[in-house]
Amino acid sequence: MTPRQRLWLFALGAAGLVACYLWAFAGLPGFGNYPGPYGPAIMSRVIAQTNATGAVSAINFEYRGFDTVGEEFILFTAAAGMSVVLRRLRGEREGQSSPAPEAASRERPATSSSVRVVSLLLVGPTAVIGWWLATHAQTNPSGGFQGGVILATAFFLVYLSGEFIVFRRLRPDAVLDVAEAVGAGGFAAVGVTALALSLPYLYNYLPLGTIPGAVSSSGTIALISFLVGIEVAAAFVLIIGELLDQTLLRRGVHGEGSS
Amino acid sequence: MDVLQVTVLVLVAAGALLVVRTRDRFRLVLVLSVYGMLLAILFFVFQAPDVTLSELTVGAIALPLILLLTIAKVRKPE
Repeated sequence: MTPRQRLWLFALGAAGLVACYLWAFAGLPGFGNYPGPYGPAIMSRVIAQTNATGAVSAINFEYRGFDTVGEEFILFTAAAGMSVVLRRLRGEREGQSSPAPEAASRERPATSSSVRVVSLLLVGPTAVIGWWLATHAQTNPSGGFQGGVILATAFFLVYLSGEFIVFRRLRPDAVLDVAEAVGAGGFAAVGVTALALSLPYLYNYLPLGTIPGAVSSSGTIALISFLVGIEVAAAFVLIIGELLDQTLLRRGVHGEGSS
Repeated sequence: MDVLQVTVLVLVAAGALLVVRTRDRFRLVLVLSVYGMLLAILFFVFQAPDVTLSELTVGAIALPLILLLTIAKVRKPE
């Protein structure tokens, strides 16, 4: 096929794509016009049914809670798989006498004081924000997932501040493994408990509280969000921690002996 | 659609181009992080605060961090 023929073939394909694209655009609903029945249906019932003012959390952890269980276990499986693959590698590396000598000889810049001070100052506020987001899903558009990731960020700030030994002590793998399992398993267990009470899976069987939007309201929504927060925070600290160990091993810094 | 929404949409389009055009891997991660931040602002401007939080945590924090560590691991020593 000559370049000229190829160009014609491309022009034909591109023209078809543009035509289909424009056709599809013409059929879109107007800007800001949501045509589906699902949104208004939820919005008119959510507070009366769940006492949760965070409608998105109510959808995630109640109306389509079954989907969220699946998503939760995607992250759980990813973190578990990462640990299985990377920890084996770590053991192999440690068996060798000198891990990557060419990398160990490379100069490593010391952490500057400004980075240390700023990251140490941010640890507390970050942890509080993460905790707050994970525990207030029922009152505002936050949730366990976002809160969990931000909570994990607090741990990385400790690492960023150069406190590598403290970081290792803060994340004992055994505790993290258990926290991740409790978070993921707890979510599933909340659902199974509903079955044991001869209710549908993930049915909101806890007292909903009397004040809509109160922290203590919304029954299982708040509980599940909190469990998701624990699971996500543990999973992210595990994943990043395993990757960090790999990188540090390449540099020849052993953190294993100290913990 | 108001001015703010149009501005943010244009910025996101420009940011996406910048991400694609960046060749240096290390720089790419930083650009990607800023792009995640832009997307988060986009979602916020379009009244989706919950998606904003998710995008902020995943796009601006978690993904760049994982990519950065992976690059550090596979990088050839100079």
